[in-house]
Amino acid sequence: MRIKAKLKGDTATVKLLIKHPMESGRRKDEAGKLIPAKYVQTVTGHIAGTQVFEVNTGPGVSKNPFIQVILEGRKAGETIDFKWVDSSGATEEGSATLK
Amino acid sequence: MSLTRRSMLKRIIAGSAIALVPFGAFAKWAEAAFKADTYKGALAEIGSEDAIASDKIKLKAPEIAENGAVVPIRVSSTLENIESISLLVEKNPTPLTAQFKMFPGLKPDFKIRVRMGETSKVVAIVKAGGKSYSTSSEVKVTIGGCGG
Repeated sequence: MRIKAKLKGDTATVKLLIKHPMESGRRKDEAGKLIPAKYVQTVTGHIAGTQVFEVNTGPGVSKNPFIQVILEGRKAGETIDFKWVDSSGATEEGSATLK
Repeated sequence: MSLTRRSMLKRIIAGSAIALVPFGAFAKWAEAAFKADTYKGALAEIGSEDAIASDKIKLKAPEIAENGAVVPIRVSSTLENIESISLLVEKNPTPLTAQFKMFPGLKPDFKIRVRMGETSKVVAIVKAGGKSYSTSSEVKVTIGGCGG
């Protein structure tokens, strides 16, 4: 995943881009067979072990999900750790430093 | 009251059960709500059938989406004590699309991109202080985003 974290004063604007097909389970392949559902269900964010963000998602989120989150009361140099889990149990983690 | 080994053990078990249950409930993806295949069903699953229309929720969505596969949405709210913000696309096969949970320091202002199969209302439901509030916006879709 790609994370951009921009700090202005003590407000951090964090942009998150997850590479994921977000298969809804309703799409058919070229042979006309249904492609099984596989989509991101949970994205969490932690700073120094404290949870600061969570979104639960369904198949209605676009392919390669983009999410923007705004955090207040933050400091330069803090690291935000993100993790997503999809419906198949696959996960990915990524971090960015606030600056 | 004397603390025997047995009573101590019982207390530890009871204590850890209390500590674990709310965490489990919190971390769980709301399967029934996300799999509900009608708008009313999804509203019922998130417990927001009685949502009150509120001008303290701002929903920014395009009036016309040329491509239903990628519809940018921004939702924010000035309500106090927000617990969660849910986004629903009324006419999608499974209307509940995203549920943001709130944490200290997290601004109730999110951007996300959603899919829309056809022209539909996009609804934001904010749970705050134990009540549900809503606002909606109609998005006209020229090319649907749910097919192949």
